[in-house]
Amino acid sequence: MIKKFVVGCFDDEKVLFPAIKNVRKAGYKIHDVYTPFPVHGLDHALGIRETSLHTAGFIFGIIGTATALGCMGWIFTSDWPLNIGGKPHFPLPAFIPITFETTVLFASVGMVMTFCYLCQMMPGVKKHHFHPRATDDLFVMVIECTEKTNETEVTSFLQNNGAIEINVQEAETGWWFGRYDKQQKLYRHEEVGY
Amino acid sequence: MSLLKYESQLREPLVDGDKDYHQVTEDICRPIEAKPGKLWYIGFAISVLLLLFGVYSVYREVTYGTGEWNLNKTVGWGWDITNFVWWIGIGHAGTLISAILLLFRQGWRTGVNRAAEAMTIFAVICAGQFPIFHMGRVWLAFFVLPYPNSRGPVWPNFASPLMWDVFAVSTYFTVSLLFWYSGLLPDLATLRDRARTKFRKMFYGFTSFGWTGSTKHWQRHESLSLVLAGISTPLVLSVHTIVSFDFATSIVPGWHTTIFPPYFVAGAIFSGFAMVQSLLIITRKVLNLEDYITVGHIEAMNKVIVLTGSIVGCAYLTELFVAWYGQNQYEWWAFKQNRLNLFSPYGWAYYGMMFCNVVSPQLFWSRKLRRNILFTFFMSVLINVGMWFERFVIIVTSIYRDYLPSAWSTYYSPSVWEIGFYLGTFGLFFTCYFLFAKFFPVIAVAEIKAILKTSGENYKKKMTDTEKKDADKFYIEEVERAPH
Repeated sequence: MIKKFVVGCFDDEKVLFPAIKNVRKAGYKIHDVYTPFPVHGLDHALGIRETSLHTAGFIFGIIGTATALGCMGWIFTSDWPLNIGGKPHFPLPAFIPITFETTVLFASVGMVMTFCYLCQMMPGVKKHHFHPRATDDLFVMVIECTEKTNETEVTSFLQNNGAIEINVQEAETGWWFGRYDKQQKLYRHEEVGY
Repeated sequence: MSLLKYESQLREPLVDGDKDYHQVTEDICRPIEAKPGKLWYIGFAISVLLLLFGVYSVYREVTYGTGEWNLNKTVGWGWDITNFVWWIGIGHAGTLISAILLLFRQGWRTGVNRAAEAMTIFAVICAGQFPIFHMGRVWLAFFVLPYPNSRGPVWPNFASPLMWDVFAVSTYFTVSLLFWYSGLLPDLATLRDRARTKFRKMFYGFTSFGWTGSTKHWQRHESLSLVLAGISTPLVLSVHTIVSFDFATSIVPGWHTTIFPPYFVAGAIFSGFAMVQSLLIITRKVLNLEDYITVGHIEAMNKVIVLTGSIVGCAYLTELFVAWYGQNQYEWWAFKQNRLNLFSPYGWAYYGMMFCNVVSPQLFWSRKLRRNILFTFFMSVLINVGMWFERFVIIVTSIYRDYLPSAWSTYYSPSVWEIGFYLGTFGLFFTCYFLFAKFFPVIAVAEIKAILKTSGENYKKKMTDTEKKDADKFYIEEVERAPH
């Protein structure tokens, strides 16, 4: 969906945090803050809830454990019971290494895939980048404009709060496929057909 | 609101020089964007040549069978399994640095983790070649995988340590790769946003998965790294434990030892750090990254080396003592005659191992030597030679004399194709590393930025001033408030 945004760039975390506080107090809607590295406490300042990605990891891990034990148990006791040196058909201690490895494998692969799904990341995915230096040295605060928002007001508000560079952009919030170096071309509703 | 974590002034800075965020990006991305130097081309060419020699050696082995190697009736595991264990051991440092040191909140890991993780992945790739080609009929290698097949189905033996190995090594490779790549994403996005050429825009646009740096994404990324670190920690310990089970669960004198798992893990970390040292000392010089991989980093790694080296030394002596104390004549024979006896056929390997792994790292107790780069480089090579000897001693001296003395006469030494295969994996390893150093950031850009304001040299200096000012102010206020 295409929306209008006011983009303010900050070059210091010390300025960014009070600015976020003021912007939120003033009632503007912060779309997102793009940072070149994980700034601790930024998620709390923006009021973002804790991620539950680790729960997904736990669930995937349990699935891995169950898969490994279930498969090995079924194979050795029911599908093709082999007599290996007269040892038991369900030697639990000897199954521990593979069970452990499978747990770790499922947990990590599952978590990474969940991470990519949640963040909508994939090779070739194209997203709108509000500022090329957001991955270099700027903290880029993006404020979404609603019908009531006055752009000039937001611009001067950000200026007073220490933003070093401010501009207004019209951008697509979703993601799409395409070559990265193409001319910035917005995918309008009629083009996509929804 | 103070955002900065306080870091003691006694700790030396992790980033030298006068840096800001942009400078960090510049310093680390410049070697990737510039044309590679003459040294890069020479190194790359040598690596590719070695790789080609390795490919030819493997071709000989695949075409004519394992008879191309000098393995004999008693020595069924020679250079190949030695090299497998050696490479796997080297592959332990990366995940140790990125996972265990992350959990221990060791700031210095940020400078070295990316290159170490890459090294881990390449080392595991090299390691994997040996057991696969040792199978002989390598085109049937997929038989080790448990899948419903038309041969019965006949399943692999899940109670066998060799099967555990398949799972351990492949899981380790996958998880290390995911860990490494998820950490690379933000840095690839940095390169993408700096890209000027068409190829670079496409390549980094594709590989960075559309990373934007959104706060929510960073939050998830942090959670992902932490959990991956948490599960990689037991994983990294399990992998070499399981490799040691290949030996320890057998009843061959010299292998049948309960001390093997911790002893192998310590040895793996020891050799892994040595390899990281060798690579990073060259990398920091060639890519001008001395400000990020400082002498302090090298010293920290040398401390790990002296610790793990001492653990390995203790394990050697314990093993020896238990062989005698256990009163098993075969076990004691394996140690006394096949290893301890300098004039036995492989006595030289045992004493080489003792010298390189136990005696020489003790020099790192001296701070001056720990901080000497040339000496560290020399030692890192020596340690890896020693660790290769260790695996050779464990494998060959335990099996070259079995219970049948008439089989003793054959002295095992590798054929040219066995050596070629080993050299070939060096070629593979360095080819991968050269390509990595050319196209990927060898230092985690985002992570360096995150610690810059606590551990950067210029910021630390500034902090000293404010600290002093604050202390003075505090003193004056307290004095004024105090009743006279």
